[in-house]
Amino acid sequence: MTPDMQQLRQEMHDVEQAVADALAYAKQLGGSAVECAISRSRGINVGTRLGEVETVEFNQDGALGITLYRGQQKGSSSTTDLTPSAIRAAVEKANDIARFTSPDPFAGLAPEAAMASQIPDLDLCHPADQSAEFALQQALACERHALSLDPRIVNSDGAGYSSHVGYRVYGNSHGFLAGYLQSRHSLSCSLIAKSGEAMQRDYSYTVARHRDQLWSPEQVARDAVEATVARLDSRKIATAKVPVIFRADVANSLFGHLVGAISGGNLYRKSSFLLDHLGQQVLPSWLTISEQPHLPGALASSPFDQEGVATVDRDIISNGVLQNYLMTSYSARKLGLQPTGHAGGIHTWQVGHNAQSLQAMCRDMGTGLLVTELMGQGVNLLTGDYSRGAAGFWVENGEIQFPVEEITIAGNLKDMFANIVAIGNDVDLRHGVRTGSVWIESMRLAGV
Amino acid sequence: MQSAFETVSHNLLTQRQLGVDALQQAMQKLYSGAIDFADIYLQSSVNESWVLEDGIVKDGSFHIESGLGVRAIHGEKTGFAYADDISPQALQQAAAAARGIAAAGAHGRLNAWHQPRATSRYEAVNPLHSLNEAAKIDLLREVDAYARSLDNRVVEVIASISGSYDEILVAATDGVLAADIRPLVRLNCTVLVEHNGKRERGSAGGGARVGYDYFLADLRWQEYAKEAVRQALVNLEARPAPAGTMPVVLGSGWPGVLLHEAVGHGLEGDFNRKGASAYAGKIGQLVASEHCTIVDDGTINDRRGSLTVDDEGTPAGYNVLIEKGRLVGYMQDKLNARLMGVAATGNGRRESYAQLPMPRMTNTYMLAGEHDPADIIKSVKKGIYAPHFAGGQVDITSGKFVFSASEAYLIEDGKITAPIKGATLIGNGPEAMCQVSMVGHDLQLDAGVGVCGKDGQSVPVGVGQPTLKLDALTVGGTD
Repeated sequence: MTPDMQQLRQEMHDVEQAVADALAYAKQLGGSAVECAISRSRGINVGTRLGEVETVEFNQDGALGITLYRGQQKGSSSTTDLTPSAIRAAVEKANDIARFTSPDPFAGLAPEAAMASQIPDLDLCHPADQSAEFALQQALACERHALSLDPRIVNSDGAGYSSHVGYRVYGNSHGFLAGYLQSRHSLSCSLIAKSGEAMQRDYSYTVARHRDQLWSPEQVARDAVEATVARLDSRKIATAKVPVIFRADVANSLFGHLVGAISGGNLYRKSSFLLDHLGQQVLPSWLTISEQPHLPGALASSPFDQEGVATVDRDIISNGVLQNYLMTSYSARKLGLQPTGHAGGIHTWQVGHNAQSLQAMCRDMGTGLLVTELMGQGVNLLTGDYSRGAAGFWVENGEIQFPVEEITIAGNLKDMFANIVAIGNDVDLRHGVRTGSVWIESMRLAGV
Repeated sequence: MQSAFETVSHNLLTQRQLGVDALQQAMQKLYSGAIDFADIYLQSSVNESWVLEDGIVKDGSFHIESGLGVRAIHGEKTGFAYADDISPQALQQAAAAARGIAAAGAHGRLNAWHQPRATSRYEAVNPLHSLNEAAKIDLLREVDAYARSLDNRVVEVIASISGSYDEILVAATDGVLAADIRPLVRLNCTVLVEHNGKRERGSAGGGARVGYDYFLADLRWQEYAKEAVRQALVNLEARPAPAGTMPVVLGSGWPGVLLHEAVGHGLEGDFNRKGASAYAGKIGQLVASEHCTIVDDGTINDRRGSLTVDDEGTPAGYNVLIEKGRLVGYMQDKLNARLMGVAATGNGRRESYAQLPMPRMTNTYMLAGEHDPADIIKSVKKGIYAPHFAGGQVDITSGKFVFSASEAYLIEDGKITAPIKGATLIGNGPEAMCQVSMVGHDLQLDAGVGVCGKDGQSVPVGVGQPTLKLDALTVGGTD
């Protein structure tokens, strides 16, 4: 039940032909420029709970998206039906829509010169056994181990395993037509612990393109048990201004807000607190963030972006100074800049560090809050105002004292970024943003 | 006129070389093992959106999606497969994959098909045809011009309309054979205002299960634009919010997102069957103050969260969840209802044929109380008043929930004073609901913009409430 690479390549080749046909039909209908993408994936997703099979899902997803320009007028359509007649209907629909939209001087494909001229093999596809037997075995082993580790784990919200392979093909009327294969495997476990009447839930997961890079079921189980049990007997604490460390697995969200604030769409809409900050100091001078889109086998690697623009290594932040805004071709034209290969988002970000382990950071902080969970959407990228629900641990004398919950932490992202004291070497590799834990000098904690 | 069932079965069965007999055959095949329940779900939907920005309609998009999903249940086990085309072959393949879950054993008996008796909650209109393309674009231009005319500090307007037309048909081994046609439209207006170098944003909109003409009636589109501009201007003046625990007065309507997060998710049947919810095993117990009666109501005509039948063919219901503070019922889909020995409540929903149904909310709201909203404000010495929210999240196991105010004010000595910046409010569901000390007589439902996410599936929902006061809630300001 392991998908065959040769067969996947052949399928992708057929889909490239389907994209080429769609592009040709769009030109025939009078499109002056056109782009089209098809992605497909298939795999399995299983869940187990309390030692029993809960769900076995066979997934197969496909979608086509087409954007057609009539001069400066734009129309888009998409379909999950990939039969030739449905694809032709989608092209016709995009063409119809482009008759009604207004000419936009900034509309169009990314410039031909920006297209990826070579498609490096980034080692993104490693098919693995997609049988229900294997998937269930992984999930059951993980959950069984978790339930055996600590008597305070009284219930399970289940374990899950998934394995998918697929490909993405993109083409446009510059003559660009390319695709790449990709895979993704993951294992997760979510547990419930109880102390008195109070229940706590937490989880752990592992995800990778190559199955051999997943944590073992036992490691996921141990991590989930530790996280869940540690939350028991959480307390609320008093309102105060305190130093805060965001543990690595939540710290990536801080840089996620940086991504939003330097993305072209928010900049040309003047909706970012980092408007007109190119070349300015926005993070401490010891901090560099570099983007590496071609890291072999990485989850966020890709040879080209959603407009066919070549992805390249670049510093986003160098010694604390903002080096690049993230541009699609549209936002680049709006702002008089060049596209940077960021249509569809960022590729792997390597966030620098100046500190050692999380433990050492807690020791250096002395007294403060260690955040391990964030809740809600209280972030305003226009003003940088930040206010989110949080849970974690209270640290005193450099040691974790007790778990805390039902508090909020607030500040302004601009100040928070400028006042990063340290970043640890405990890098979480499961995210596109690879960062260790982040210590921020001071935030307002609201509690009792 | 054709019934919805006739229309849908023509489009999803007859036109795809399928018939009720083909469903029956697939069902027989599914039932050739130890299966308690199985269903086949067919869906075809189209949606479109048009977006105006910089004063021009820059982009229009159209999406078409159709497919079928087959589910087989044995005990607590579910096997599920789907296909993105509706054809006899796809049905056979999906059925064969889904039944892999079945243990060897005797097969059950199929019930005869019957269509559930359900009252239509909306008309079978196709919103995409309710206005022509030129009129859709004109509407957006009018929103833009009107919003800009309201205040010269408005520097940018983003207006969008979207509409969808969704046909579903579900056939199940319990004999249910049901179809539904679900229209849905939405109009949104976001404005950016600028004054003395300071920028803020305001956003408002609405929608319902109707055609686009809904927005023209009573000049609803103007109300949204006015509201977006008003909110943005209020936020220009906002000062830092306070931090700490204090009395909080929530406005009527959309702040009902409190109930959705603090109560609603925790009362979904799956979490309670598994003992994973802070509300598990508490039927009959007091879980809120005596002022609180909370319902989930999928039966209100044309509402965004309403359903004629849910995605398992169960007619939508008016379900009392909490009555005068006492927990009286959970929301159920068929799987969880069967395992808990209760009836399905019409809350079995799925985002599409490619996902499994689960218990989900429809329109969740608190019934009106007896207080004049003005008296509620007057009763607060120092606290905040929050009439608008962005959204929320809940951890159903610990009961912790958050929701983020997008418009709020200080209350000082019984009077609303300065506007304050948006802040996240955090509490524990059952504890927070016990803090509800006054409930207004001004019950209002939201304007029709809610989207609820659970396990990666999004469905449209509604919320509502009267003005209400919580004696103590933690406010996450910076001051």
